[in-house]
Amino acid sequence: MKAAVIVFPGSNCDRDLAVAFRAAGADVDMVWHKDTALPDNVDIVGVPGGFSFGDYLRCGAIAANAPIVGALRAHADRGGYVLGICNGFQVLTETGLLPGALLRNAGLKYVCKTVGLRVETSQSAFSEGYNAGDVVDIPIAHHDGNYFADTATLDRLEGEDRVVFRYTDNPNGSQRDIAGILSDNRRILGMMPHPERAADAGHGGTDGTALFRALAGQLTSA
Amino acid sequence: MAFEYLEREEAGDRDRMKATVHVILKNGVLDPQGEAVRHALGASGFAGVNGVRQGKVIELDLADGTTEAQVTEMCEKLLANTVIESYRIDMS
Repeated sequence: MKAAVIVFPGSNCDRDLAVAFRAAGADVDMVWHKDTALPDNVDIVGVPGGFSFGDYLRCGAIAANAPIVGALRAHADRGGYVLGICNGFQVLTETGLLPGALLRNAGLKYVCKTVGLRVETSQSAFSEGYNAGDVVDIPIAHHDGNYFADTATLDRLEGEDRVVFRYTDNPNGSQRDIAGILSDNRRILGMMPHPERAADAGHGGTDGTALFRALAGQLTSA
Repeated sequence: MAFEYLEREEAGDRDRMKATVHVILKNGVLDPQGEAVRHALGASGFAGVNGVRQGKVIELDLADGTTEAQVTEMCEKLLANTVIESYRIDMS
């Protein structure tokens, strides 16, 4: 598996994500937001957590217009895989690669803690290492993770089995407890929780490891 | 002298184009910040505030000849997220 991790000014989970990809066996290149091309033959692009451009204007809005995003769109259009975590999820909704938006947490507070996530589907390269119904412990750390979409969009996401993770105890007001969603081709995952922060025994939990291992298994055999 | 100075100021004003963009969450999108402000107003003794919606104002200092259509494009591409926000443009 060949992975690329985009680095924006203010990204702060880029290296954690690279470590998690490498631990699963991936070759990883870091790509600066001002670059206009991804490395050749990249299977998956990671859009990391952090505070790109200081969260100015809206979280992810300025990053969504960075030069590298043209190449990201082209990669997605080719059917390439994309994993957006936390700020990366916000960037993906701002680009329109995933539907909906992330609003300020309903409780207005920045929330940093480990939460329970129920795996809703194992039918994706990201989640096939879990069983539907599994509850995994994954950390969240965000101020704007309150998933919003109109009712028709929410119904479509559920009808097409595109909700991958739901909070067992909603920490941020997200509609229908949604923590992570897939694109219609099931190759783009955006999620607010941080699986890369639960991918090593030293993190205090390894429930995120299965996500990276599943990806590596899928994308190596592909 | 004073008269000439004034005239230059006025000419300068005419050359400047501004647009003011008002961005606010759409109706139906919960605005927790507005709700917090409403609570704080009530706690401060201001009765009768039934609702608060909080948005932002973006002032654009524009090159002469910039059209409202161009500002609309700026709103659609960057200044507003039309999934959750509506915007209004005042050209002046």
